[in-house]
Amino acid sequence: MTHTWLRRAGQLLLGLSLALAMRPVSTAGAEELRIGFVAPTTGIFAQVGKDMVDGFQLYLDETKSDFGGAQVKFIVEDEQGKPDTAVTKAKKLVLQDKVQMFVGGLLASSGYALAPVSTAEKTLYIPTIPAADDLTQRDLAKYPYMIRTGWSSSQPSHPFGQWACDQGYKKIVAIGADYAFGYEVIGGFQKAFEDCGGKIIQKIWPPIGTKDFGPYIPTIKQDADAIFTLMVGPMSLQFPKQLAASGNKKPVLGGGTSYDEFVLPSMGDEVIGHVSALQYSAALDTPKNADFVKKYRAKYGKVPSYYSESNYTTAQMIHEIIQKNKGKFPGAEEFIKQLAAMKVDTPRGPVTIDEMRNPVQNIYIKKVEKKKMFGYDKDELWNTVIKTYPNVGQFWTYDKAAFLKQPVYNRDFPPCKFCE
Amino acid sequence: MTNQQLKVAMVVVALIAIVVIVPNTNSFVILLATRALAFSILVMSLDILLGFTGLASLGQAAYLGVGAYLTAILATRYQFGLGFDFWLVIVLGILLGAALAAIFGLLAIRATGVYFLMITLALGQCVWGLAYRWNSLTGGDNGINLRGRPKFGIDLANEITFFYVVLAFFAASLLLMYVLVRSPFGRSLAGIRERELRMRILGYNTWLHKYIAFVIAGGFGGLSGVLWAHTAGIVSPENVVLTTSVDALLMAVLGGAGTLVGGVIGAGIVFGLREYLSTLVPWWQYVLGAVYVLTILFLPTGLMGIPERIRRWRASPRKPEGAKQLASIPS
Repeated sequence: MTHTWLRRAGQLLLGLSLALAMRPVSTAGAEELRIGFVAPTTGIFAQVGKDMVDGFQLYLDETKSDFGGAQVKFIVEDEQGKPDTAVTKAKKLVLQDKVQMFVGGLLASSGYALAPVSTAEKTLYIPTIPAADDLTQRDLAKYPYMIRTGWSSSQPSHPFGQWACDQGYKKIVAIGADYAFGYEVIGGFQKAFEDCGGKIIQKIWPPIGTKDFGPYIPTIKQDADAIFTLMVGPMSLQFPKQLAASGNKKPVLGGGTSYDEFVLPSMGDEVIGHVSALQYSAALDTPKNADFVKKYRAKYGKVPSYYSESNYTTAQMIHEIIQKNKGKFPGAEEFIKQLAAMKVDTPRGPVTIDEMRNPVQNIYIKKVEKKKMFGYDKDELWNTVIKTYPNVGQFWTYDKAAFLKQPVYNRDFPPCKFCE
Repeated sequence: MTNQQLKVAMVVVALIAIVVIVPNTNSFVILLATRALAFSILVMSLDILLGFTGLASLGQAAYLGVGAYLTAILATRYQFGLGFDFWLVIVLGILLGAALAAIFGLLAIRATGVYFLMITLALGQCVWGLAYRWNSLTGGDNGINLRGRPKFGIDLANEITFFYVVLAFFAASLLLMYVLVRSPFGRSLAGIRERELRMRILGYNTWLHKYIAFVIAGGFGGLSGVLWAHTAGIVSPENVVLTTSVDALLMAVLGGAGTLVGGVIGAGIVFGLREYLSTLVPWWQYVLGAVYVLTILFLPTGLMGIPERIRRWRASPRKPEGAKQLASIPS
């Protein structure tokens, strides 16, 4: 038994020395721009993560990773869809790889987890996808080294609520995934819709990941003029199918992620005619977007989603800032100042950044149609833009101070005044 | 020097090696070591149940969860626990973990085997449900961010200082649990593991023994949660979800159930593969999977069983052919 333990200790020491031997040494060249990228590349969100990385990578390939003289070192880290792994990986990027900035994160929870890392490490963080409203609203002061290039959850919902009201809908039932992102998307829609005179008469919250909507669909009130849905991931695919199977004849509206290009190719004809709102549509008929879609599709074999576009665009923004500074990273604070003052022409349209570091951009009301686009020879589902609200900020037409005084949209806010 | 003393000496040497080596590595390795050590307190607490009492629990993350949420809520809402009162939070965390286990234990301890597994799973998911849905308290899906670590004479925001603190807690927990399992109480737990009926006939109140072990494990889980909250800086339902409990169970089995130290080895390997190897190669999941599968297939006693198997393998050539084959069948 004595040498048993000697050997056991030997194992331990061997492990330790291996761990030490693997310790990498990072050396930084003078003209190198190190960008850390945090995205889920394994786990249930791996495919979304791939879209994110591909979008950024496409821009790097186009520019041969040369940002105004600086050679970009692009380091992708897997956050595995877990907020505390995202923190660990971001710290790895900052402490070990000495990145000048880290970009990405997928879920709102990852955004909330990564932003404090930027504060603690005084390193620039660019949330390209995390859309939690409060990152650039009520909590902004906590994160001086963060600037958002994606969107805030309720940003497309405000004009969408107005649009629904303009269509003459009076009563709408909302059904959405039961978590913070769902509350914010539906909350924004409800506020704008009701401010215009509409009524949300029912709110249904199926748990996130629901696959069988059997218990929910029959409870939808029959006197509603339309249904507003907010689905994510596999829920987006299941819900329209089951809704159609139930014989629904009401118009269906949806938050951006219910019909984005990540889920659209897997959908059936039952979603034709459904309307959603987001800051990007792959069917946007501008030369810049047509070019982007064709290049992306040629390279990765699929239509870009907003996950791809947002990261492509972010790479472009970083490029423009670095170019302006002749290949030097100007420091996090200066970077934010310069980016906030810039107007960027992107595939999604013109983007500027407001004083609370959230993009001001076009919001597109999109209708799912089956048609041919950009010279592809097959009939496919596309998010055809039917109305554009130009330069929409996160506060829409509301007074900023008053808006920030109300609580962040949640399960109980805005209260469902017209629910019985 | 007896055999047992030698074992203890080995662990002490290993701990000293960690003290000396880790702070001299780079800061990311220090961070990972801190995470692994904080989590391995939970794994060891599970080992008391799994390895020493024979109760496989699938809800251990619940105790880590309450400890972590307690820390986060006190720190962000009441600015409590960011100075010397950090020690009070440690005590509260342990008490809360133990209290929760005391409630859950009443429901779970009646069952054994797979039923115990299912009840602990269900109870663990209750805590997850609360964390996920009680938005006003827990921040729901978004979780709670801690802003800064405690400062009391020493500044825990310094990663190396914090590493030493976590290591100290780890060492103290290891020592306490070691004393516990070597005590007459611990011996009766082992007796229950081997044959509960016999222990009962001998006059032991086996229910009470198991219950106390369950509560103690909950207390250590709570401690691990307090440390985890400050290590990660964020507390979210992800910390209480089923996979976290499964992780703890796998780490305990991987290192070797019933060895305590196996827990930290398992945690070190899993964290190393998942968070260090994943920064180097994209196929880290295959390695992790292979480690699990190979361990289950060939090392039912975990990595801590390797020396024993080598010893047996060395001894076997002297045996006749039949016996050799028998010896190589994994038992």
